[in-house]
Amino acid sequence: MSPTNIRSDHQQKNPSNRSGNSSAKTSRSKVGVIRFPGTNCDRDVFEALEMVGLNPEWLWHLDRFEAKKYAALILPGGFSFGDYLRAGALASRSPVMDSVREAAQYGMPILGICNGFQILCESHLLPGALVKNASLRFQDQWVNLRLVNSHRSFGATLQPGASLALPIAHGEGRFYTPLDELKRLWDAQQIWFTYSENPNGSLQDIAGVMNKEKNVVALMPHPERAMQAWMGSEDGRIIFETLLG
Amino acid sequence: MSEFKIGVRVMPREVILDTQGRAVEKLLKQKQIEVGHCRVGRFVELDFNEASQDMALSKAKLIAETVLHNPLIETFELIPMSVTGR
Repeated sequence: MSPTNIRSDHQQKNPSNRSGNSSAKTSRSKVGVIRFPGTNCDRDVFEALEMVGLNPEWLWHLDRFEAKKYAALILPGGFSFGDYLRAGALASRSPVMDSVREAAQYGMPILGICNGFQILCESHLLPGALVKNASLRFQDQWVNLRLVNSHRSFGATLQPGASLALPIAHGEGRFYTPLDELKRLWDAQQIWFTYSENPNGSLQDIAGVMNKEKNVVALMPHPERAMQAWMGSEDGRIIFETLLG
Repeated sequence: MSEFKIGVRVMPREVILDTQGRAVEKLLKQKQIEVGHCRVGRFVELDFNEASQDMALSKAKLIAETVLHNPLIETFELIPMSVTGR
């Protein structure tokens, strides 16, 4: 997809909303999907949200927005600004992230997926950093996840110990944080998911974490790529469905 | 006012597995070139038009601290490179 297309989609706001009844949906179901130059899982996330009855709306990296307009925000995966300097580093300094920070303070549920996870870490909205996979390779495969601590918005009905099959696709997914901070994250119940079999060398198999306040959350695997049986798994649906409350 | 060129050398922390360094080591080994250890970082050059080198260095420090490096995984070092136009 060319940058021109991204821009024109953004201006149309809801290009793939085929339901035609978005006006009937309230702001309770409105979810902002944030796009940066290089984001490439945006349409998948947009359609996944529509599939479960939510009302997604594009947000561009130059946008600023009022937190109360949305019930939740999602930062999809892909790349951003070529991931120059470090994955997510330049995106985390974008104008839209000022509004995301305000929304986070306001307590809004915010989900980062893959590059969105990297951006949230670089924004200091989540602890830790994501560095190159121990394998030195980009890894694209299915993984099994184990839920460690439930999140109150995304996948809220999942109980600790629950297992999900989701795909990963990343070169920089190895979660790192100093060991004392890691212990603090476990103690404060900020670990969201771990891998059953560690694919990338993540410290203590960590696949997803949340912030101290538990409203900002992220994972490296892609729930939007596991929405229907023909995709290989439907386990991703629950992450989005529970936003309906 | 003078033109100050400040270099910022950013290196992965020792505790971080330096995957790029390992990849380069592997290649050198394949080519039978002897090397003990290889680490890969990045070097950024910043140009400032300032009254003094100290002012240029303090701006470079701010940029390095807030954008060019992530203190969790990297360290940085400022390297004054050249002064012109005084």
